[in-house]
Amino acid sequence: MALVINKGAAASLKEVSGRSLWADARIRFFKNKAAVASLIVLVLIGLFAAFGQHFAAWSNEEINWAVIGSVETLGRPSFESGHFFGADPLGRDLYARTVQGTRVSLMVGLIGAGVAVLVGTLYGATAGYFGGRIDDIMMRIVDILIAVPYMFVLSVVLVMFGQSLVMLFIGIGLISWLEMARIVRAQTLSIKNKEFVEAAQATGVSTPRIILRHIVPNLLGVVAVYATLLVPNMIIFESFVSFLGLGVQEPSTSWGALIAEGADQMLYGTLWQLGYPLFFFVITLFSFFFIGDGLRDALDPKDR
Amino acid sequence: MFPKFAVTGALAALLCTSAIAGGHATHPETGEALAEDQTLTYRIGDGIPTLDPQLIEDTTSFHVARQLYEGLVTQDLDGSILPGVAESWEASNGNLTWTFTLREDAKWSNGDPVTSADFIAGWTRAMDPATASPYAWYLELTSIVNAKEVLAGEADVSTLGVSAPDDYTLVVNLTAPLPYFPSMMSFATLFPIHMATVEAHGADWTKPENMVNNGAYNLASRVVGERIELVKSDTYWDAENTIITDITGLVINDANQALTRWKAGELDYMDDLPPGQFPALQAEYPDETFSSPRLCSYYYAMNQTESGHPSLQDERVRLALSLAIDRDVIVDQVLKGGQTAAYNFTHYATAGFTMPEIEVASLSQGERDAMAKALWSEAMGDETPTYKLLYNTSESHKAIATVVSQMWKQKLGVSTELANFEWKTYLGIRGEQQFDIARSAWCGDYNEASTFLDLLTSTHSSNDGKYSNARVDELMAASKTADDPQPLYTEVEQIAMGEAGIAPIYHYANTFLLHEGYKGWAAENVENNWYVKDQYRVATD
Amino acid sequence: MLVYALRRILVAIPTLLALIAITFVLMYAAPGTPFTTEKALPPEIMANLNAKYGLADPLLVQLGRYIWCSACCFDFGPSYFYKDQSVADIIRQGFPVTLTYGVYAFLLASVAGIALGLAAAVRQNTWLDYLAVGVSIGAQVLPNFVMAPILVLIFTVWLGWLPGGGWNGGQWENIVMPVIALATSFMASIARLTRSSMLEVLNANFVRTARAKGLPERTVIFRHALRPALLPIISYLGPTFVAMITGSVVIDVIFSTGGIGMFMVNAAFNRDYPVIMASTVLTGALTILFSLLADIAYAWIDPKIRY
Repeated sequence: MALVINKGAAASLKEVSGRSLWADARIRFFKNKAAVASLIVLVLIGLFAAFGQHFAAWSNEEINWAVIGSVETLGRPSFESGHFFGADPLGRDLYARTVQGTRVSLMVGLIGAGVAVLVGTLYGATAGYFGGRIDDIMMRIVDILIAVPYMFVLSVVLVMFGQSLVMLFIGIGLISWLEMARIVRAQTLSIKNKEFVEAAQATGVSTPRIILRHIVPNLLGVVAVYATLLVPNMIIFESFVSFLGLGVQEPSTSWGALIAEGADQMLYGTLWQLGYPLFFFVITLFSFFFIGDGLRDALDPKDR
Repeated sequence: MFPKFAVTGALAALLCTSAIAGGHATHPETGEALAEDQTLTYRIGDGIPTLDPQLIEDTTSFHVARQLYEGLVTQDLDGSILPGVAESWEASNGNLTWTFTLREDAKWSNGDPVTSADFIAGWTRAMDPATASPYAWYLELTSIVNAKEVLAGEADVSTLGVSAPDDYTLVVNLTAPLPYFPSMMSFATLFPIHMATVEAHGADWTKPENMVNNGAYNLASRVVGERIELVKSDTYWDAENTIITDITGLVINDANQALTRWKAGELDYMDDLPPGQFPALQAEYPDETFSSPRLCSYYYAMNQTESGHPSLQDERVRLALSLAIDRDVIVDQVLKGGQTAAYNFTHYATAGFTMPEIEVASLSQGERDAMAKALWSEAMGDETPTYKLLYNTSESHKAIATVVSQMWKQKLGVSTELANFEWKTYLGIRGEQQFDIARSAWCGDYNEASTFLDLLTSTHSSNDGKYSNARVDELMAASKTADDPQPLYTEVEQIAMGEAGIAPIYHYANTFLLHEGYKGWAAENVENNWYVKDQYRVATD
Repeated sequence: MLVYALRRILVAIPTLLALIAITFVLMYAAPGTPFTTEKALPPEIMANLNAKYGLADPLLVQLGRYIWCSACCFDFGPSYFYKDQSVADIIRQGFPVTLTYGVYAFLLASVAGIALGLAAAVRQNTWLDYLAVGVSIGAQVLPNFVMAPILVLIFTVWLGWLPGGGWNGGQWENIVMPVIALATSFMASIARLTRSSMLEVLNANFVRTARAKGLPERTVIFRHALRPALLPIISYLGPTFVAMITGSVVIDVIFSTGGIGMFMVNAAFNRDYPVIMASTVLTGALTILFSLLADIAYAWIDPKIRY
């Protein structure tokens, strides 16, 4: 049996199989059409965010004085006026604002989810693996943090350290990992008694290494799926924060802010103000979901 | 002049007695046919914080309180005063003593008569430190003898300059001869109170099952944060002329949702229309969309202390900034709700106020821009500072700040950093002068120009830009005792606007929707004080 | 098991105390006071207000008094904003509203979500799977504050079937839209989580073994695969339930339901300290309770887990 070979051989064997696991995963991932298409969409949206402003006729803060006040008629999307996506309620170019909002929202989503994945996975895996008193204390801390009204955390953070994008990331990051930690812990509980973990323990692998090399890779399916749920949640969360007056400051904007603004105007004949930002928002999130599914299928170690 | 009110009151009462009889009622004065259903459903923006008259500090609660209670006087549709619980009043001693004669048929909702002692109870309750009434300062404003001392904790509340020679006479002594004293008596803080009820139930006395009140309506139910229901009171002295039978206030936070529900016919009245929607609504519902002046002024405070941008201490810079704001764009293109571009501070509709001649008001915006640029280059040269523009979270404040910052950028090359904060944080920042320029607004506490102009004095607690001019302080002090304060007011406005102590932007208007057939709304009342007892619904077929 | 549950409940007490202390400090660190108003109050009146509500005392005294009063006599004090209401009045009014639409929404979200997720997993890569995935993603990406006005547009403006908002004592017409709007995105999350978890289990060795034994697919799924597949969902359902019954501001704002979500957020904005404290304690207690219940459910479903 493989499990009884000496330590050195086990380590080298694992390295080999580790490489092939990821290579396999890549191959499987690229076989998934929806995931690949989504990846392309995301790349396009990334390019749109990075270079879109070069095609804009207006900046994101400039007011078109000819349009302000009669946006319903003069602010329609048109190539002649240079407002490809129309104008926002104040006569500003919605295209330029969408480009800039895309940049902010993608950053918020990725950084928020990144923090959540990193901190949440390690925290949850550690708590779940050790169990007992350590688990108890760690999860009670999560309980407390989850129950603290986040608006306070954010407003205190933003007011005491100044309202900036960086602080917004930190504020969102502080909150986003809690849920993740719980899910990972729960998943860890169910795999920590499995044979491969017991084998690693028996062969004297150090605890951090067990968590990192044995527990975490087996959680990746759930983590990937949940992380793709997190990106949209972070983006929506940002919009809520903006709505409370704690988000990005004007004239900067974000998808959430644009969509909220557009939704307010839904019945007043300026549907493009909702439509364009919502379109980008929706296709991006769809893409994240499909990629998440693709990753799940590709990384699932039991599929080997 | 004052006995005249009593006569009109009595006449009205006479006229009305015969009116509502039989199935097809008609309105006693206008003769219009009344509808079967006499109910009012209106929108409340943010819930009703309290129904305790001495604790109220917000507009929404004041609206409800005016239906539940009645003070010495009430207001008519234009905001002029009418007899309330007081039948008549007269001044003596050079306006320093006011004697109110109370009507004997005024009743509490439990049947007790409303006496002068109930008013004294209400007023001393408002002044009592244990009550902690946030509007206790209003009594100081009325100049009642010892109000100031009681508030400062130097005198006992029992020394307040008000007495009741008998059950239906109330005598008030003042320290200053305020000619408009009676008009201040319609304010909720000065409503009478049924102390026996308050003592029996404590803080719970405003619950529907406990409340004893003296207004035209009684509290039927109240779901805090969702709705309030009022029903016509049979014990009200003028109950037979009160036509609307039921009032429902629905809490709807979001203006767009409220509009949808108004369109769906769920509401009769809603104000605070979604920003910018007024013209479209007016086109769609010409007979149901209204805009009327409202006693508030919107302005930008410019921080003239050390903590502000140093350039703002230069009056040329302030004036240039003020002139470069194209107020017509803000009023006509952004707000679009009948607001008025403002070049002075006091709201134009303030009672007895003559608008001052402000030179720049008569220029075209092009001329103002040229002036602004000239002033700017004279004071600043090519310098392009960045100002921090503070405002609180709201669609329209955001829109105005955005538009103004673009105007400054394009005309003067000024950069602005927009800083939007939620209400309390914003107030904290503004109150500690941690801004360069701050969006502000001021609403009149009473319908007279000094309620605005006092803000321009150096020591006023809401003068957040810390504008200070010795002459202005002097003039405002003199205006308190002047026979005709108008020339003083004009000079104050001209000085303050001439050196741009603040940058006024617009005078408020109240935009609202009212279903056709609902009549008697106090649209011309600039304090926006409405009394449902004056309202009615006409038959619409 | 019982010992474990009791121990957890005992641990909850210091947890709640820590929560109270943290919130208390944060609350006082936030800028502005309950009585900061646009028209700055004269200092004498401010002093009266502070004296009346005991805000003049040192912070530790206030904290001690709060813990004493709330723990011993369930006296959560008066609201500073709703001056003639006590915190108990407000919770008594707002919580049942939120609980009602929250429970319905939770049931809808979990039943529909799990069903959708299972169907998609069992019929992986068929049209049913694609449809389920599409629907759940679509439901998830539409933000609450877009979804809710669209519902109003359809059911109130166009069809005229339902009132555009309000609670009206909990008539069914007033409940429908809040439930749908609240349930949608949670349903989508649950569906996706279920699908992914079920797929994982269906590929596990013991399921393959069960299949290899020739057991009918139905038995394999419901007898063998379902239980382990539900594990990660249960740990998601605990906090989800708390999130739903402790309120959604968006729902309360758009449908004017008067639920606890709106009170909580407004309390934060108004610096209504007692309401903030009470809602934090309420949320905290429920969070702790439901994470305990989720753990118990876990142990019950998966006997391999030992505490």
